[in-house]
Amino acid sequence: MSIEIRREACIGCGQCADVCPGSLILIDSGGKAVIPNPERCWGCASCLKECPALAIEFFLGEDMGGMGGRMRVRRENSLLHWDITKPDGSLETITIDSRDSGMY
Amino acid sequence: MKLRVESVFTDFLIVGGGAAGCYAALSFCERSDKSVLIAEKAHIKRSGCLAAGVNALNAYILPGGTPRDYVDYARRDAGGIVRGDLLITMSEGLNRVTRKMERLGLTILKNPDGGYAARGKRNLKINGENIKPILAGAVSKEPRITVLNRVCVFEYIVGDNRIYGAYAVGIDKPVLYIISAKAVLCATGGAAGLYKPNNPGFSRHKMWYPPFNTGAGYAMGIRAGAEMTTLEMRFIALRCKDTIAPTGTLAQGVGAKQINALGDEYEQKYDLTTSGRLHGTVAENLEGRGPCCLRTVGISRRQDIDLQKAYLNMAPGQTLRWIESGNTPSARNVEIDGTEPYITGGHTASGYWVNTGRETTIKGLFAAGDAAGGCPQKYVTGAFAEGEIAALAALKYMDDGQKTAGSARARQGASSLDPFKFFSRGAERSSAGLGEIDRLEEEMQSIMDEHAGGISRHYRYSEASLKTADEKIRALSERADLLTAGNTRELVYIFELTERLLLCRALIAHLAARRETRWRGFAENTDYPDADGAFLKYINSRFEDDEFRIIFRGLVAEGEVYEH
Repeated sequence: MSIEIRREACIGCGQCADVCPGSLILIDSGGKAVIPNPERCWGCASCLKECPALAIEFFLGEDMGGMGGRMRVRRENSLLHWDITKPDGSLETITIDSRDSGMY
Repeated sequence: MKLRVESVFTDFLIVGGGAAGCYAALSFCERSDKSVLIAEKAHIKRSGCLAAGVNALNAYILPGGTPRDYVDYARRDAGGIVRGDLLITMSEGLNRVTRKMERLGLTILKNPDGGYAARGKRNLKINGENIKPILAGAVSKEPRITVLNRVCVFEYIVGDNRIYGAYAVGIDKPVLYIISAKAVLCATGGAAGLYKPNNPGFSRHKMWYPPFNTGAGYAMGIRAGAEMTTLEMRFIALRCKDTIAPTGTLAQGVGAKQINALGDEYEQKYDLTTSGRLHGTVAENLEGRGPCCLRTVGISRRQDIDLQKAYLNMAPGQTLRWIESGNTPSARNVEIDGTEPYITGGHTASGYWVNTGRETTIKGLFAAGDAAGGCPQKYVTGAFAEGEIAALAALKYMDDGQKTAGSARARQGASSLDPFKFFSRGAERSSAGLGEIDRLEEEMQSIMDEHAGGISRHYRYSEASLKTADEKIRALSERADLLTAGNTRELVYIFELTERLLLCRALIAHLAARRETRWRGFAENTDYPDADGAFLKYINSRFEDDEFRIIFRGLVAEGEVYEH
């Protein structure tokens, strides 16, 4: 699994580059976030949660059976909305409140 | 590439700002006005094992249980090769650190009576997606803690077997840091990336353990002459196939049983230990009864949705897999598989050989969390508890030292390894680039996989295969020694490869020394397929004259205080 940064949506705030545990994201000369080596991504989704512009998408690599679905995260106070676009284009959103503990 | 030298002074240097490191810094500041410096390779907000989050605290003493029960459980699971003194002191701190994390803002599921809700025998259910930001936030509020993000510590400064600080290099900035400290805590991660992973292609970093944990902490200790223990007790995780997501949430959360392709529950046929469950799965596959699954078909709709949420809080790829395939766990059983082997003191007993206060055999150098050996089944709370123990011991070391010894300023050049040797290459020769570094890493992983008991060999090895592995890794190390760095990032990748290669050699020496099979699944020695009571002891090692000298040591029980 890895991420793709949508250049047109990136506002160049650099928060994704800050938090990446592998220091894999850079800000290029155009002031946009880039991930030169997406194959080095662990798939922790830290950058998605930090991005205020919904510019980062998470996907599963084809070599591990990825089917083309995409995931983004919207943050709203204590809520995290995980927007998942399925391969057929339909959208499913799962919302988690950090004040609620998991049941499992 | 030119490096600017920058001197940094602190009282307490903490290498690695993960769970153990951040907690140690907070504990230290509760009891002292001295300065603390956390040197972190990434950024403490989301670095280390907790980057994606965690949805349970797996080490907690529930009502009716005692710390001694926890010690017994960990000892059983590790086939007896544990340090009782380390386990009991860690276990006594588990509930205290849990309460502190709740005060800092961690959400823990409660029963109607206000007590924590249990998940299994030793576990609590939490919302731990934000556990690392919570810790980092607490660290940032403490004025005596300085955090140096994006620096890679690569070498201790040691003289007369006493630590004086460490060398580090900036990842983004061409700066060589010479950090002087009165005491140092090694709180780095363990080692991933030694073996060929489950998905060796584009998704090769989709592994259980952080691929950014390179074993740097172990390698620095080895080079400095520190005694290491039980590296041969590799950790191999039983995971959801492909996504390598955790299985505990399915097994303990909704009670899913391990079943083979015939639908039979096979767990009870094998040892009910962490390694035994892995061994059982490997054995079922080898005997033609695979693939193995966790039986989730039949769970309720509510359970199905809650599982999707639980995985988003720790392994989001698994939820994406369920949703994009249309097969959520209630509709299809979840296939499971073993990962490649890792070295990590948070789960097994591998790491630095420490005294009861977590001081290593190098004076003033302490270890906690994944770096510290002898104390398996730490998980997150155990890493916190060890961070606290080590921080207090380091404080005592400093206080004692101030009365007797003089200055503890860095002794530049006293190190066994000249750091400038690495840097001069970049200036004198052209860079081979990332591609060459990656090629050597892949070769290393293939050698370890084929000859030192990787996935493709079902975790099996022999004296002969280990000898082959050792020869090939030595030859590869010579080639790695010729790599050149064009910038600081490449330099860090070369360091990481060098660290992993040294650790491979250490691991091979430890595997060869344990002439038995103590942990079915984790380490299958085909020459000695059974456990042997003569090996009910620790296998330790020291790196001397470019060779690993093996040291056997007798078991230490709880209640004892172990000093070097």
